[in-house]
Amino acid sequence: MTELLRVEGLKKYFNTRRGKLHAVDDVSFTIEKGKTLGVVGESGCGKSTLGRTIIHLLESTDGKMFFNGKDITYLKGKELREYREEAQIIFQDPYSSLDPRMRVSDLIREPLKLKGGMKRSAIEERVETLMETVGLAKRLYDAFPHELDGGRRQRIGFARALALEPQFIVCDEPVSALDVSIQAQILNLLLDLQEEKQLTYLFVTHDLSVVKYISDDILVMYLGQMVEKAPSRELFDNPCHPYTKALLSAIPEPDIHKKTERIVLKGEITSPINPEPGCRFARRCIYASEQCRNPQEIEEIQPGHFVSCCRIKEIN
Amino acid sequence: MEKSSENRTILDIKNLVVRYVTDKETVHAVNGVSLTMEKGEILGLVGETGAGKTTIAKSIMRILPAFAGRIEGGTIAFNGNDILSISEKEMQKLRGKQVSMIFQDPMTALNPIETVGDQIAETIKLHEKCSKGEARKKAVEMLEMVGIPGERYEEFPFQFSGGMKQRVVIALALACNPLLLLADEPTTALDVTIQAQVLEMMRQLQRTLGTSVILITHDLGIVAEMCSKVAVVYAGEIVESGSLEDIFAHTMHPYTIGLFGSIPRLNTEDRRLHPIEGLMPDPTDLPKGCAFCTRCQYAADRCSSEKPADQEVSPGHRVRCFKVQEGAL
Repeated sequence: MTELLRVEGLKKYFNTRRGKLHAVDDVSFTIEKGKTLGVVGESGCGKSTLGRTIIHLLESTDGKMFFNGKDITYLKGKELREYREEAQIIFQDPYSSLDPRMRVSDLIREPLKLKGGMKRSAIEERVETLMETVGLAKRLYDAFPHELDGGRRQRIGFARALALEPQFIVCDEPVSALDVSIQAQILNLLLDLQEEKQLTYLFVTHDLSVVKYISDDILVMYLGQMVEKAPSRELFDNPCHPYTKALLSAIPEPDIHKKTERIVLKGEITSPINPEPGCRFARRCIYASEQCRNPQEIEEIQPGHFVSCCRIKEIN
Repeated sequence: MEKSSENRTILDIKNLVVRYVTDKETVHAVNGVSLTMEKGEILGLVGETGAGKTTIAKSIMRILPAFAGRIEGGTIAFNGNDILSISEKEMQKLRGKQVSMIFQDPMTALNPIETVGDQIAETIKLHEKCSKGEARKKAVEMLEMVGIPGERYEEFPFQFSGGMKQRVVIALALACNPLLLLADEPTTALDVTIQAQVLEMMRQLQRTLGTSVILITHDLGIVAEMCSKVAVVYAGEIVESGSLEDIFAHTMHPYTIGLFGSIPRLNTEDRRLHPIEGLMPDPTDLPKGCAFCTRCQYAADRCSSEKPADQEVSPGHRVRCFKVQEGAL
């Protein structure tokens, strides 16, 4: 398997009036070609910032990123445009991410026109293929986004992202705004496209059952930091970090016979502005002790299973 | 005997029809919904966006948008009173006192320029004959009951996080110890760990206060955890209803089956979901027969021309589907 994206010690800080907001703090991972890395965490944990930094919608504060072996940490002009052809993003809200005054065909045509170098007839042909690929009926060619439901709008987002045949797509909560029956249609489309085109996804979501369904590996974030990363099954079968355990136990399952032991966390996420050194989860953690105040090391407890918790041996 | 059974029933909706009428079109939001609830029950009202769940709740509260929202038929009996025939003034006495509602979005449900404590005290003062001081004392108690320290009485909504705001909203709704609580997607705007806290709290309060709850949600996981009865709403109709066991273990209606097939499960290794094809019908132009027939894989000719009746398939388990009634499913 070949590695497509490698991220090393990525940091993204925002300056605020009250100090530095550590949105992404020292996150490292690799994604192999044709695989999906799911990034989960609660609102404000930095998962969307992570996706946007990788796609260069935000500039990183520190750390390195490699795409197909090439350093992409700093990109400008032509290099950035070339990278954007390879790496695309789909946004959460299909209601605000599309220009309301453009027709479906215009929206899909836009990236092709911006790239340039294609004949008009070739562009038209491509628009039609793309609509077919994502399951948009031909009669919607001249429709406006407001005439369509969320699922169809999200399909337009996919068509736009796929237009330039990228290798890598950041999916930022692509199904969170959709109803379950539509959500399932879109998730299946994502998987079909991945199989067909060998796409690589970074799938950002807060929905754990969705992430399990779609990901090969899962990275759990808490307040900007990676707390655990493991292959999908391993993470669900053997969660090691106290936060992951609480998070998994908090999912209400549609099963009336299964009674899960729920770990109900006390308190809420603390502020990511000027955080204290040490484990950021410690304040809500039932196992917290003195040593949690020190900066945490990431430990590989099993091949591919990384955990950032100093008390892991005592807990598990 | 008759009397005692009446006392147990807290809510009895019969054939409720609600429409939103504008100059341009008529939205058929609720089309003949019947529902009964006993005291102390938690009923889950499940369905997708636009199915009419919130409209049903708003009809019970009588807070449908003026002019556009019209109750065109049916009756709603709440604790023996016919809610639809009493005056607005009498309704105001019930609202907040005997029946109250929690809205989906805690960010907009509170008054931004009044302290959270005063908002709760105001409700108490309005309904209970008590002094300002007593109302305040009770408001502090309510805040503490939902896990917010009483010292935060003087704070404004913007000083609270989403989860805490939703707790304030719950405290507000429960302030006068209502008989019936309508919770409209109370945890949808919250993170899972916070959702777990809020649900746990709601369940405890429900147990101690004995409140009946209608829990509106699209999350079947929450239903499995919280509810004893379930009604599945589709295009303004209840297509299937019954006990939790009936709906989850003996699922009958093709739409309910489709809903279950659409959710990714944590405990299975399926690589493909089984979504329901197509979209919910346009509520301004509903199909003549079964509302689900356009998306149903079992649909026959009869389904698109005739409306199936709501039929009991086993005690308490009701299904609105010809195929189920014929025994073909």
